[in-house]
Amino acid sequence: MSEFHEHEHGHPHDAPGHAPPAPDEKVHSYYQLLGLAMKELLIEKGVFDAGEIARAIEKRDAVTPALGAAAVARAWTDPQFKERLLADGSAALRELGLDAGALRLVVKENTPSVHNVIVCTLCSCYPRDVLGLPPSWYKSIEYRARVVREPRAVLREFGTNLADDVAVCVHDSTADVRYLVLPMRPAGAEDLGVEELAALVTRDCMVGVALPAAPTRID
Amino acid sequence: MADPFAPGDRVRVREDYPPGHVRTPVYVRGKPGIVVRRLGEYRNPERLALRLDGAPLKSLYQVRFRQSDLWPAYGGSDADALVLDLYEHWLVKAREA
Repeated sequence: MSEFHEHEHGHPHDAPGHAPPAPDEKVHSYYQLLGLAMKELLIEKGVFDAGEIARAIEKRDAVTPALGAAAVARAWTDPQFKERLLADGSAALRELGLDAGALRLVVKENTPSVHNVIVCTLCSCYPRDVLGLPPSWYKSIEYRARVVREPRAVLREFGTNLADDVAVCVHDSTADVRYLVLPMRPAGAEDLGVEELAALVTRDCMVGVALPAAPTRID
Repeated sequence: MADPFAPGDRVRVREDYPPGHVRTPVYVRGKPGIVVRRLGEYRNPERLALRLDGAPLKSLYQVRFRQSDLWPAYGGSDADALVLDLYEHWLVKAREA
């Protein structure tokens, strides 16, 4: 949240005595300070210890978009798995040994006539258990405000130019469900194996702001 | 719990602005939409935010809106849509036209 609640200075930056912070001097926002204070209190009260926090952060940081990409690549090569993934994302991921988390995961399939894109206008709901932490642009006021009302313009800024006859469907994750986009398999990827296919599936493709690039061929 | 809406039902989002932790974005309030599917029953976030138990459970529906119904100056295709998830107490059956 901190990026939306920057501290107010109340004085101009060029006022005398306002030197920029030294490189090793950390400036914390209000919410960062609140978080640190809370963490220290909880440790002091024995609710958990510093090691448990470090391990929880490590576990969270270990989740990368590679998990989602593995599921997409499997769906591209196994039509029955794709059917199950679209019917119940969380259950299909468990088949791959992946835990989609406590919240239900709904997978939206891009087709030649519909392109899906995901946002959370209220905060930063994101399928963290399959994509890791959201990029900062996903949490930005600009993305959240604009992608719902001018999705085609936002997609163009990501380099994604959709034909006029492709409908855009924006999914605003407002409640207890998390969304993931199943992109279309790019042309030229017919001969690739699951792992090579997974390498084509980026985070942005699964948020729906990008399309998987065609594989580069070395002939 | 009763299941007040079915897929295909025409609904309207309540045009109401209560204080608190409301998960219904302002831009859909008062707008017409169509129920896509029921996602299940969940604890009511407006009650959870008050540190209550979130009971009674609320049905959660995926609701589809036409972009041109949400934004009068919408520049994209008529087929463009926005889908979001709304709890039952935010939806009313739309009057037949």
